[in-house]
Amino acid sequence: MNQEFTITAFSENSIGLLNRITIIFTRRRLNIESLTVSASAIRGIHKFTIVVNTTREQIEKVTLQIEKLVEVLKAYYHVNEELVYQEIALYKVPTQALLDSSEVEHIIRRFGARILEVTHDFAVIEKTGHQDETAELFKALDAFGVIQFTRSGRISIHREKTEALQEHLSHVDRISRRRHLT
Amino acid sequence: MTHTTEPSIPAPETISGAEAFIRVLLDEGIDTIFGYPGGNVISIYDALYHYTDRLHHILTRHEQGAVHAAQGYARATGKTGIVLATSGPGATNLVTGLADALLDSTPIVCITGQVAEQVLGSDGFQETDIIGISMPVTKWNFQVTKAKDIAPAISKALYIAHTGRPGPVLIDFTANAQKEMCSYLYKKCNFIRSYIPTPHISKASIAEAADLINHAEKPLVLVGQGVQLSHAEPELREFIEKGNLPAGCTLMGLSSLPTGHPLYMGMLGMHGQMALNKKTNECDVLIAVGMRFSSRIIGAAAAYAPQAKVIHLEVDPSEINRSIAADIPVLGNMKRTLPMLTEKLEARSHREWIESFKTWQDFEYDKVVRKQMQPEAGSRITMGEVVKAFGDVDRGEAIVVTDVGQHQMIAARYARMNHPRSFITSGGLGTMGFGLPAAIGAKVGCPDREVVLFVGDGGIQMTIQEFGTILQNRIPVKIILLNNSFLGMVRQWQELFYGKRYSCTELENPDFIRIAQAYGIACRRVTEREDLPGAMQELCNSQEAFFLEVDVEKEGMVFPMIPAGASIDQILYE
Repeated sequence: MNQEFTITAFSENSIGLLNRITIIFTRRRLNIESLTVSASAIRGIHKFTIVVNTTREQIEKVTLQIEKLVEVLKAYYHVNEELVYQEIALYKVPTQALLDSSEVEHIIRRFGARILEVTHDFAVIEKTGHQDETAELFKALDAFGVIQFTRSGRISIHREKTEALQEHLSHVDRISRRRHLT
Repeated sequence: MTHTTEPSIPAPETISGAEAFIRVLLDEGIDTIFGYPGGNVISIYDALYHYTDRLHHILTRHEQGAVHAAQGYARATGKTGIVLATSGPGATNLVTGLADALLDSTPIVCITGQVAEQVLGSDGFQETDIIGISMPVTKWNFQVTKAKDIAPAISKALYIAHTGRPGPVLIDFTANAQKEMCSYLYKKCNFIRSYIPTPHISKASIAEAADLINHAEKPLVLVGQGVQLSHAEPELREFIEKGNLPAGCTLMGLSSLPTGHPLYMGMLGMHGQMALNKKTNECDVLIAVGMRFSSRIIGAAAAYAPQAKVIHLEVDPSEINRSIAADIPVLGNMKRTLPMLTEKLEARSHREWIESFKTWQDFEYDKVVRKQMQPEAGSRITMGEVVKAFGDVDRGEAIVVTDVGQHQMIAARYARMNHPRSFITSGGLGTMGFGLPAAIGAKVGCPDREVVLFVGDGGIQMTIQEFGTILQNRIPVKIILLNNSFLGMVRQWQELFYGKRYSCTELENPDFIRIAQAYGIACRRVTEREDLPGAMQELCNSQEAFFLEVDVEKEGMVFPMIPAGASIDQILYE
């Protein structure tokens, strides 16, 4: 049964790694729903957050293949319930729509969105949330003509107490020290 | 004036990037490389000019020949094969070898030249994005644009190529990096933070596995190449001998056990021994040692050993549960996990179980082997007879190299092998053209061992130019061409599954003997059965390269055969 999984992979920064990771998906004809690459909390370590719809069996294999890459320190996968996650969406609407009635303002309040910028011609609205929430706001605003819409990839934090990567790194550091002593 | 003796710390030297490349190879203990020059590696070849006394360069006739030779060298010696090729076409010609080495876990490091850093991306002469191209077919690849980074990149490449599950690495040197000067000081790479080559061994998994084996009535051991890759052949023997565990080898695992070992039951898989495939679906505990359950081994996955508990000894965690679920995964280097397991084994005889193999062995002998080995008088020579005739003279001492196709399966089934690393073949990728250059590489790596190549008339023509490499480097490799004027394995499938429509599989061949003669290779052609033993004697006695062409039956078949995707107990035998 297909379901939504989020893979989190930590890596040394390296040219071409993104390509190596996406190859693992493309050769299995797996579609990446969203992908975010950013610096992690640990200096020098990068974090890939990848959302895919697939089976548990497939996600296990794909995660192991990612972890097998030389530059990847560790890769994990989680289902949505195990994560706190968020996306950000931006909507560009004609300023006239805000002037014509208070409807747009109501929508913004109701969705907990905010206005980032207003110019003579258009206003940019920002909403953070899950994909269904940002999609719903799109539907509501589109009645007034959304000129442009964009949505980021997912960022996420898991609900476990400790950061497994940190433990892994301490373990690896111990190995490193042993190697340098011998 | 007093003198104090300080420990001598070598001072860095200033040399070119190209020379740094040669120096780091020497410091890493490399003495042989395979390659082909070109515009963007000319600086390296210039540096090599002064080091030919220490670094032996084998000039092949095509970059594909160089990479397969390096694979043969690596497989025969256990060392890492090194390849040097130029940018553009030189680099793209390596791709098949890289893919082959990745599937067959062969440690090789390929170095390619590249246009200068300043013109990268400008579609300059012989520029190609080999990093992008080779990404899916390498364990790791990297582009070096500064001379100072050459030596560390090579050390890292060698470390990655041969540790853990070995594999191919490609390093791309831009022309400026080769020419620029840098300070050189050798520093070996033995640690990469993001790369843990051998997983931690779980003692609990060892205990669980031992317990399961000790309670097994009908255990069966499946041996893959992982045993030879981890140099664990002695540990494997102790393991199966203590527990009296019957064992079969995958194509890649052949020669992990001597073919004459009483517990060795033969080869697994599509053209493997019937008894082994049948017993796989009867055993109660399946012990997979360094093998990956490839499609050619398991046939229909759902019908593969559904009754058995599976123990899987592996170094690569991503192979666990990949195609067959493991009840007890035992991760780690088999050189260590096998003895840990053996220690906990109780001595057993399993006599009845081992004897039960005989019914199928007799059946197979009757239906298949007899026809190969004792064909009717007046019929053409079979491939099996040729493999046996070689074994009768050589007595299992040689390194057997094959190309891909019917002759490969016949050699795998009938060749005698007394020593490890004695069967070199393209298993995962099935690369026709692999055999001739791989045999050259094996002989370069193991000059004191006899190296024999079994090759078909199709495959030899894919890399036949490497006769030139034999000529120029005086490589005394023995070549046995099994000529049936067909792409035999495809023809066999056409006969069995495509209504005998032999679409584009019949070959009109050149006079191979005259080709061999043109390259100065001693040769002989055999068409009659009674000439075979004498010809084999001549081949084995030759101190130089020898080419023996044998005309074999045109429409011979490799049996037994499990049709692709069928269950492993649905075996065709005629």
